Amino acid sequence: MYINGMASIAAQTEEDLFAGNLKSFQQNIFPATIVNYKEYIKPMMLRRMSKAIKMGLVAAKQALNEAGVEVPDSIIVGTGEGCKQDTEKFLENILDENESFLTPTAFIQSTHNTVGGQIALDLKCTGYNMTYTQNSVSFESALIDAKLQFAEDPDTRCVLVGGVDELAKTSTPFYNLDGQLKAGEINTAEILQSESGGTITSEGAAFFLLSEIRTQDSFAEISDCMIYREISEEKLEEEISWFLKKNDLKPEDLDAVILGNNGDKRFDHYYHQLQDTIFKNTLQLGYKNWVGDYNTVTAYSCWLGAEILKRNEIPQQLKLNNLEVKQPKSILIYNQYLGKNHSLTLLRSL
Amino acid sequence: MPIMTDLHTELKASIIEQLNLEDMEVSDIENDEPLFGDGLGLDSIDALELIVLLEKDYGIKLTDPKKGREIFESINKMADFIEANRTK
Repeated sequence: MYINGMASIAAQTEEDLFAGNLKSFQQNIFPATIVNYKEYIKPMMLRRMSKAIKMGLVAAKQALNEAGVEVPDSIIVGTGEGCKQDTEKFLENILDENESFLTPTAFIQSTHNTVGGQIALDLKCTGYNMTYTQNSVSFESALIDAKLQFAEDPDTRCVLVGGVDELAKTSTPFYNLDGQLKAGEINTAEILQSESGGTITSEGAAFFLLSEIRTQDSFAEISDCMIYREISEEKLEEEISWFLKKNDLKPEDLDAVILGNNGDKRFDHYYHQLQDTIFKNTLQLGYKNWVGDYNTVTAYSCWLGAEILKRNEIPQQLKLNNLEVKQPKSILIYNQYLGKNHSLTLLRSL
Repeated sequence: MPIMTDLHTELKASIIEQLNLEDMEVSDIENDEPLFGDGLGLDSIDALELIVLLEKDYGIKLTDPKKGREIFESINKMADFIEANRTK
């Protein structure tokens, strides 16, 4: 699948990423950057939208704009937790009003497929519209569905695919309760060297306009994507080698690998093992210490990899080793969360 | 010329808050301005919100939603209807 347009909203801006000005945070939960949503969304529509919808719709419109496409044939969205802010609002209404006087807006906006629905409404797109909620492989599930859409429907020319998740004031801090987030004082820039469990979290949206046929606007290719519910650490190297082999690659052919290290001492050994073996001589990049870890953060990593291929430029602050790459052509993204939901995504330059 | 009462101001403030009319202030809404269509530009979801607002704040249960078209025509119409039917 070819990428013809893409956009991302996260805790760091694209400008800061490539200028080496990434900022660290002192807390384990931090928001995405402020975007002028009014530039893209009419005020009367904007007033009902939670952050996930705003981020998703703006990233989708920017991706379409870059590709010069007004209406895609399909819209496929991945979201781990959907519109949590409106879910909280609706539940709080139920409690505050003793299960009566419930207003429709929060309920309508609270479902997981609201982002995909609002994008379709805004674009007046009546095509296939699907939302995947599969924890930390929600975005990858959407990518695989896009691949299937192209394979099964000859009329599908371009598909809008994205991942989006938002923070919410009550439910996000729940992750403190079961140790998913780091306790104590935090400096996010240093968490990859952490000796404790837990990670940091944030929010964001990244969208891609994909086509099966290469166009004049295509700048990178998503060659393959695979999801594994579980892989034993002993089998991980073998599975990655097999994945690369079916794409006519060997580990040493890769120019860079984007790894999902998130500073959680309990599970980062999956990455460390690869860093010390098959990827020892490959440029290694880490990004979650800058943008946090959330269910669809791999949509950000996909955007990051494609942006590196597009610009021929490596953001220096992401480097986990000291190798230099002048013209990256093949990038592998590997991610897992809490030792489960492993995913591999292969990007290639054109 | 209709008289501007506390109820008019209260209604405008409630509508702005309940319908998330960001960047809008009480003084931006005219008493006789149409709330739907070309006026304030409210839509059918807002109408449902206003029905809940009437019941919650003024104890008025609107049994015939079709009446909403007339009642929600403007702030003046809403205030008149509330004054005549409120139970709290």
